[in-house]
Amino acid sequence: MAETSLRKEFSKGLIAQNAIFVLVVGLCPTLAVSASLKNAVAMGMAVIAVLACANCLVSVLRRFIPAQVRIPCFIVIIGSFVTMVEIIFKGELPPEINASLGIFIPLIVVNCIILYRAESFAYKNGIVRSLLDALGAGLGFALAICLLATVREVLGSGTIWGYPWTPTSWPVRYVPAAILVQAPGAFLVLGLLMGLFKWLRRKLTT
Amino acid sequence: MDIAQLLTIAFAAIFVSNVVLAKFLGLCPFMGVTQKIKSAVGMGAAVTFVMFLASFATFLLYRTLLVPYDLVLPLKTPMFILVIAALVQLVELFMRARMPRLYDALGIYLPLITTNCAVMGVALLNTAGASAQMQSLSLLAGLVAASWWGVCSGVGFTMAMLLMSAIRERLARADVPEPLQGVPIALICTGLMAMAFLGFTGMV
Repeated sequence: MAETSLRKEFSKGLIAQNAIFVLVVGLCPTLAVSASLKNAVAMGMAVIAVLACANCLVSVLRRFIPAQVRIPCFIVIIGSFVTMVEIIFKGELPPEINASLGIFIPLIVVNCIILYRAESFAYKNGIVRSLLDALGAGLGFALAICLLATVREVLGSGTIWGYPWTPTSWPVRYVPAAILVQAPGAFLVLGLLMGLFKWLRRKLTT
Repeated sequence: MDIAQLLTIAFAAIFVSNVVLAKFLGLCPFMGVTQKIKSAVGMGAAVTFVMFLASFATFLLYRTLLVPYDLVLPLKTPMFILVIAALVQLVELFMRARMPRLYDALGIYLPLITTNCAVMGVALLNTAGASAQMQSLSLLAGLVAASWWGVCSGVGFTMAMLLMSAIRERLARADVPEPLQGVPIALICTGLMAMAFLGFTGMV
């Protein structure tokens, strides 16, 4: 019994309560850094790391944080972990990825997903459950952003992970639809994917 | 700062790099509070006001504390978010005491602004390493430019909210395929709006 419910804490964030497709939170980084798969993977990793650390710490400290000032406390906790990720990324990732992630790494601090999980889950639950919840929600976010990025990169720049996906021996080359890697394409593709997700879920559940 | 520079900043902030349509900032209120025109305008006004204060305060702290003491990397993010959260609280208290009518109109939107990434985003863009032009200005001129950029970004945000809420009031009566109802069709409409705004690229 306990084991199945633990598994549920993890898996609910993947599909049933997917941050982007179902709850529609954390749209800004999703749209902004999904022009290429590499950026999306980096963003996904950053969000998973911050979410997991913040959820654990909030869960550990939940008895010491007074309810009246909990939101500022959460923000300080999240802000510290975001700064750590920022410093690590600056040292470890190639500069061109850092440049294209730009302000969206510091902006993880106002990412609604993280505050939402801290407020609605970690503040009320133990550390194991909070960690599983964070990993599930973070992975759900990362998968969604990677899916969006794959569609946009394949159709918008004709590459995947930076390499052209049409073999050079082909007589016909794919002509990329550049609009998809620009701002409008992000909105259009996410809107269509969200509709597709809703349609598929209805088909599969009924 | 002469008037031509200020106008350039205004045009750039409102049209060319509109916070919502070109920079992908503030999408949560953009999707969440645009069901009705009235609430969209209320939210826009509250955001504009906080953005002005936040741009001013964060730029001042950045230039007088973070840069001289070499604390930009470790302290910028936590400091900015705390300053914005404190500012939102202050504005709320002040409005409740001194401007009850305005507080009634904007009150419910104010707490939401703390986690509005448009406010934080504009503050970060004002002090980002890339905007070398901002860094070369003197403290006073930089403050004017940063606050003005904040106000104009807020106006751009309000304009996008207004346009979107007008579209959504119409959409509520339109015959949309069932899986696309709600947020998906709103995103697709935003995409079409963003396409129109793409026409401003390169003008400034």
